[in-house]
Formats: sequence, C-alpha cells, structure tokens
Amino acid sequence: MKVISGKITRPDKRETLRYLGYAGVKNAQGMEELLAECEALILPQLAPKAVYEAYPLSRGADGRLDLGFASVQSVSLCRNLQGCNDIVLFAATVGAGTDRLIAKYNRVSPARAVVLQAMGAAAVEQWCDDVNARIVAEYGPARPRFSCGYGDLPLALQREIFPALQVTKNIGVTLTEGDLMIPTKSVTAIVGIKQRD
Amino acid sequence: MDFFDYLKNGFVLLDGATGTVLQSRGLAAGELPEEWNLARPREVEDIHREYLDAGADVVYANTFGANCLKFGERTEEVVAAGVRIAKRAAAGRKNKFVALDVGPTGKLLKPLGDLAFEDAVKIFSRTISAGVAAGADLIAVETMSDVYELKAALVAARECGGGLPVVATCVFDEGGKTLTGASPEAVVAIAEGLGACAVGVNCSLGPGLMLPVLRRMAECASVPVVAKPNAGLPEERGGATVYGLDEARFAEECGPLLDAGVRVLGGCCGTTPAYIAQLKRLMQKKVPAPVTDKNLTCAASYTHAVYFGGAPVIIGERINPTGKKRLKQAITEGDIAYILSEAVKQAEAGAHVLDVNVGLPGIDERAVLGAAVCEIQAVTDLPLQIDTSDVGAMESAMRIYNGKPLVNSVNGKREVMDAVFPLVKKYGGAVIALTLDENGIPATAEGRAEIAKRIIAAAAEYGIAKKDLIFDTLAMAVSADGGAPAAALDSLRYIRHTMGANTSLGVSNVSFGLPNRDFINGTFFAMALEDGLSAAIINPLSQEMIKTYKSFCALRGADKNCLGYIAYAQNVTAQSVTANAPAADAEAGGSGLKYYVVKGLKAEAERAARELLESASPLEVINSHIVPALDEVGERFEKKTLFLPQLLMSAEAASGAFEAVKSAFSGGGNAKKVKVVIATVKGDIHDIGKNIVKTLLENYGFKVYDLGRDVPARAVADKAKQTGAEVVGLSALMTTTVASMKETIELLRAECPDCRIMVGGAVLNAEYAASIGADRYAKDAMASVRYCEEIERMLYGK
Repeated sequence: MKVISGKITRPDKRETLRYLGYAGVKNAQGMEELLAECEALILPQLAPKAVYEAYPLSRGADGRLDLGFASVQSVSLCRNLQGCNDIVLFAATVGAGTDRLIAKYNRVSPARAVVLQAMGAAAVEQWCDDVNARIVAEYGPARPRFSCGYGDLPLALQREIFPALQVTKNIGVTLTEGDLMIPTKSVTAIVGIKQRD
Repeated sequence: MDFFDYLKNGFVLLDGATGTVLQSRGLAAGELPEEWNLARPREVEDIHREYLDAGADVVYANTFGANCLKFGERTEEVVAAGVRIAKRAAAGRKNKFVALDVGPTGKLLKPLGDLAFEDAVKIFSRTISAGVAAGADLIAVETMSDVYELKAALVAARECGGGLPVVATCVFDEGGKTLTGASPEAVVAIAEGLGACAVGVNCSLGPGLMLPVLRRMAECASVPVVAKPNAGLPEERGGATVYGLDEARFAEECGPLLDAGVRVLGGCCGTTPAYIAQLKRLMQKKVPAPVTDKNLTCAASYTHAVYFGGAPVIIGERINPTGKKRLKQAITEGDIAYILSEAVKQAEAGAHVLDVNVGLPGIDERAVLGAAVCEIQAVTDLPLQIDTSDVGAMESAMRIYNGKPLVNSVNGKREVMDAVFPLVKKYGGAVIALTLDENGIPATAEGRAEIAKRIIAAAAEYGIAKKDLIFDTLAMAVSADGGAPAAALDSLRYIRHTMGANTSLGVSNVSFGLPNRDFINGTFFAMALEDGLSAAIINPLSQEMIKTYKSFCALRGADKNCLGYIAYAQNVTAQSVTANAPAADAEAGGSGLKYYVVKGLKAEAERAARELLESASPLEVINSHIVPALDEVGERFEKKTLFLPQLLMSAEAASGAFEAVKSAFSGGGNAKKVKVVIATVKGDIHDIGKNIVKTLLENYGFKVYDLGRDVPARAVADKAKQTGAEVVGLSALMTTTVASMKETIELLRAECPDCRIMVGGAVLNAEYAASIGADRYAKDAMASVRYCEEIERMLYGK
C-alpha cells in the first residue's frame, strides 16, 4: 500500500468553466477576475493526498467479480475490466481545506462558492489524473478508472474500499451513513491493469 | 504510585504498535483488531507481556477502535475484555500502567462532516465509561486528526473518566498541521485546557519527521510532551507493506526527540517489542528535560492559537448589539448572513479574535449564541470571545466552540465567580475578568487592583491559574468623569507590570457622549498600549484605531523592519486614491444602480443604492432599479447568454443594495408573501444547488427558511407546519437519495396537504419528479423563482 501526497500548481480553468456551465462558450466574459480571485483562495488550501494498492482480479462462475478486497456483481465494471487480471484500487482527495473554503463562501458569497466548488472538482480530477499516471508508470497500461456510482457499480462498495485502503487513517477521508465521502473533493476508483501479452 | 506521580518522575516508556503486530500474527485484512479481545485473548495478552518485558511502563489496551459505531451493543464487552487482558499482563509488576486506548470514530464532525459534536461525545463516553469500570489506569486519546473530535473525546473523559489521567496525541503531516489544519500550538492549548496531563504526536510519521512539531509543542506545553512515532514511512517490499526504519535506526532517530524535550515516548505502526527495548536503552543514556509552566495566556481556534502578552491582540467588537440598530434587527430576525458579513469584514481588517455577543431581551440566548458561534466558525478561523452574562448560554457556547475559547466575562462578585469559573475549568477557556465587585467599580486604581488580587485567589480555588485570566480595568466615559481614564490606566499598568497578569480594555467606552469619538479612542488606545494593554476590544474597521495599532507596533519593536506598518499604510493610500477617483465604469459607458447589479459589482451597487435613497423611497429603489436589473439578468440566464457565476454575482450585488435599503429603513424587507422552506434531503450532503436557490429566492423578496443539508423528513414537515410555508423546495443530487426525497414528500402530503413541493437536483427530470409526487420540477434556480412567483400570483394576486 502506498500513501502519497502531491501538489497542484494551477486548477484546470477549462474544466472549471465546463463545470460552471460554460461548455462550448467561447468567451466567458467577466469571469477572468472572479476565476483569478478564487484560484488565489483555493491554492493554499489544496492538500492532495492519495493511497493505492494492487489486487488480483478474478471472475466467478456466477458473474461476480472478485476484486481482491471485495466481491461485487456489476455488469458495467465487468465490461470496464475486460482483458484485465489485476486492478489497482485508489482513494484520492484534495483535503478538508477546500470544503471549509466552500462552506465559508456559501455563507458570504454564493458566486464565489460555485466557482470554488467547480475549481475544487477540477482540482481533484487533476490529482486523480496524476495518481492514475503514477499507477500506469508502476503497473503498466490501464483501462479508464471506474468509480462507485458509475453504471451499476453500487455506492455501498465504498464500505469495503474504506477499510481495505484504511482511507480515513491514511488520507483523512471519511464516509457518511449514505456512503458519501467527506471531504467532498475526494474520489475512489478502480483501475484495471491491461493484461500483457 | 499512580500515573500522575509517575509522570513527574522522569521518562515514561510507552508500548509499540498493536495493530501491525496483530497483523503479523494473522489478523486478516478487514478484520477488526478488537475482535481478538474475545476470540484470541491469549495472543493479545502475549503482545502486552512482550512490551512489558521490553521495558514499557505503559501498555495500551487493544481498544483503539472499540466504539459503538463499530461494535454496537457489544462495545462494553469488547472494551472491558481489552482492558482486563492488559491488566492480566501487567499484574504483579510494579509501576506498570494500563491505558484505555481511545482512537478516532472514523467520522468527520459537523459542520464539515455528518457526526454531531454531542453524538461524538456520547460515543466516546460509552467507551470511556466501560474502560474506567474495567479498571484502566489512564486514558490515551490518540491518532486524532481533527481537534474538534479531540475535544469531544476530552470532554467525554472529563465527564466519564473518573478523574483518570488523560494523555492526548494527534496525527500531524509533514507540513506541521493536522489533517484538518490545526497547528501544534492549537492542539496544546486545547488539550491542556481540557485537562490532558500530557500532549503530543503519534502515528503517520517516523521520529525524524515528527521532530519539528514536537519542538514546537515543547516550546508551548506546560505538561510533558509525548511522541509515539511510526517505524518510518510505509514502503512496499515484495508485495508486503513494511516500515522503513529498523529498531536501531528508529532509536537513533528518537534520540533528538528526547533532547527536544519529549518525556513520554513509544512506538506506533510498524514498531515491535524489539523497538521498545531499544528505546529503553536510549532512555537510560539521556536526562529528561524538566517540565516547566510556560505561563502562556492564549485562546485558540481549530487552526491556531493567539497568545496574549506579546504584540497586542485586537478583539473585534462589532458583533455586539449594544447601540447597533442594524445588528439588533439581524439578531431578532435570525439574519445570520449579516452577522457573518460583520465577522468576515473584521477578520479582513486585521482582528485577531472576534467578540460574539447576541444578548437581546426576548431571544433564546442559549440557542442563538450556540448557533452564532458555529456559523461564525464556518466563515473564519479566528478564535472567538464568547460574550454573555447568561451562564447557560456561556456553557453551551463554550462546549460547542471548536478550540480553546476566550470568555467575556467574570468579575469580583462571588456569585459570578462561582458560576463562571467551573465552566472555564471544565472547558479549558481563558476569561476576561472585570475589576468590579458587589460594591461596583472602585474609583481608584488601588481599588481595582485589589479586586484583581481577589479574583486571582478565587480562581485558584477552582484550579484556574493566573495565566488564564485577562484583567479588564474598565474604561469609563471621560465626559462624565475626567479621572476615569487615569484610574483605568493606572490599574492596568499595575496589574500588567507588578502583578504580571494580562490586561484588556473595551477602549471605545472612554469616548461615550463625545463627538467624533474615534479621535479620543485613538489617543486613549495609544496611551493604554504604552501602559501595557495586552488585548484591546475595538472596532477594527475604524481606520483611526488600526492606524494607532500599526504605528504603535512599529514604534514599540513589535513589527520587525516595519513590514506590517508598510503593508498597511501603503494600502490606505491606494484606497483613498480610488475612492476619490471618478468611477471607472462611468467611462466604460455604464453607471447607476441597475448597471451595477447587472454587472455584479456589489460595493458599487451598495453605494449607488445609498445615494438613490437620499432622493427616492425604498420601494422605488427596489421596484425601478433592483428588480428590473434582476429580471434582465434572469432572462439572460434563461436564454443562456449569461451563466451561473454571473447570475450569482448580480444576486450578491442586489443583496448589497437591499442591505443599504435595510439599514436606511428598518422593515424594508420582504416584498413577497410566499414563504419557502428549503432543504437538501436526508442522506445527501450536496448543498450548493440548494444554496443558489436560496440566494435567488431571497433576492426576489421571498422569505426563505433554509434547513441545510442531510435533513430528515420529519424536520422538513415540522418546519413547514410551524412557518405555514406555501412552498417547500427539496434538493437531491444522488440517485440513492431520491428515495429519501420521496419519503419527505409523502410525509409532507400527509401532514401539510396545502403545501406545494418543488424539487431539483442533477438526477431528476420532470417525469421522475412527478413520479415521486412533486408538484414541480425546477430545472435550475431561476425556474424555482418563477414557480414561487406563480404561486404568489395564484394565492395573493400580483
């Protein structure tokens, strides 16, 4: 199991704008200043951390997938993991500071809150790309990462991911009763490692 | 000898890891280690015995995760078994102690997370009560990464710990902070305040990387410092997780910790009895650093501590309704947004601590003060001064406050001291002490100093040290008594320099009844600072006061190279220049209230509204300027020529303008009759969409009751009934939480049949919304405004 931390020097502006509904809009007029302000607010709060571990993958006769840390019935994940014999499970977060910042601006400036929300989402995706790249470098070419809640992969699988990676202890992310993650700018995902031939 | 005494003797050697050792003995991944207390007690006992044989003075019972979230009704059984096993291992050995190990719940506390503070206290209380009953010698609260959870555990230990010693350790990262951002100084302030007999760091890092944090703790802690490091960082070798340091290198890296002042040492993940044996040998070669009272006066938030006695501390006075019409109105109407904007403004102006006083006749101060403290802590990380004369309100606010609070105030009246000091002791606060008593305020400095001495003696009876008292020598109006300032300053000087205690003043009182009060305040402030004022309760938005403060710090050597002064003074020039220059927007072809609202320029909109109000009625300002601007922006949003952030910027500019209207005329409030209750449903924590809807609805003049996120159906129905709301708005973002939306709708249908229900959220659409029984699917925030307008027209005409 590996616990790593990283750094985000600039949250992805295009992704941020896309989350804000500007997809396809050429000229996001009047946004430059607001984006710059929010970037200055969020950067000192970003504390990217992640934990990951590799597991062998096997397929049961009844169509269940044995993921090494849990077994699950999911057509979508099965499809995603085609041609894989191993997976890497990871959990990543940009930390509680972003949530606190969003909570603050929810109360004092909703416009900044939505921008920070989008920027935080973009930042954690960037961090996941980074973690994903490290996994590929270490274990070889991989399938696109797959998270609970995609397709028919149940959110309840989080309850098995969390103890397996000791997510709370290692990176400070907790699970609510409804299986949502707090800090909210966090991601868990399964990365299928392509079988080499 | 009990553990308190043993701790005074010298080094204390703790044990090493339990979890990773159990794994090496066959504990399966995912299996709860505490299960072995019942399933394989011999194995657990062997581990304890090996640590004791290696020289450990204290063994941690295998109870780290033994709480009711994991073990439910079996909690007591598992905890008791764990403590008894450790006691069996230690039986017959002299000066060996069994610690009840209390780890984190694994949940994050509200408001960031979903576990309420009081529920956390209950969870810890259950484990602690069971451990005490089973005969633990001490309580070790460890691996805490959130100081709020640490506080919950320490409060539980106070209430159910039977007076046992408590050792508190937190997890820090390499940056020197806990995961939720607390500094070592904040952890020490909070833990010491709540009665920990030793405080420190465990887990996460190896000894070398822990050193900087431990040094900082040793600098500020008046109790022994604890270190329980990992055996280095985890690495993967041949598919297994191993820790980087072997026992020899581990002990080598631990040497500097003892030199830095650590007195209590052990090991965490990856360490074994062999590591502890090495530490034993190490300790025999070292001399323990003495534990000294650092005599520090401080308050702390959940991130940092503020110390009194060095550079003067500014306590922002703006959140106190005395003489403030607009704030009174906000408190009475439950307008928390206004209170929060005052908090943010003061923080930005340079306040170090914020005073919070919501005392008004006719309000439930206990509830309002507690809520205000929580809300203010969500927008600022400054420590708060809880300001109330209602002891019940004081207790609930001190309890819920995340950090070490400052309390305002106690005084020389016996009755008041007997009410306030027990709270200060229990919750670990510092307290402002007013130098007055049953006979009023002494006219002379001697009289005030006498009272201060009596307060110190009375505090000592409750176990409160002088360092936790800050004396306010009471600035009174100079217009009424020309000798009043001298009496305040003479006693201040005496208390600070002769008695060696910290001081504060409510500076602004001195100018009561005089014109241009800031002139007098500024000079009096300078005089008080020179006489040794530790903390000033002032208006940090007043340029006169901040000017005096910055200049004083530069002149008195509290501002190295005048950097603070320069940064401040440069800004002042820049601001006054822009204030005098013609508005840049006028050149760009726009001005006026409507333009500013459309462009989302809040400060300009507020100013323009204020100017307009000089010649126009509030209704005219709203109807001919603000509303048309909002309509224009709303339409452009609907046509997708403008997007959410801009819509909200306009909404904020409009609320700035509304604020100007409100402060000019009280009761200029809601133009609409329809009342709306909104909530994010139970199980869902996504509240951004709901917040946007709230902002816009308020902008359009609707009264909104916002219940927050993760709200049970029952709470929504009760609020709808209580307020008679015509519309309820529900939000859910997850497919999994639509079920609880449906449940909420069913309850509303049964109990509030007249109420209309609109729903929104990413997973919904019109058909889905209809299928779960909602009246309307609002595809975005503007759609929810349009729906409420529709209901307004239908029920109340135009």
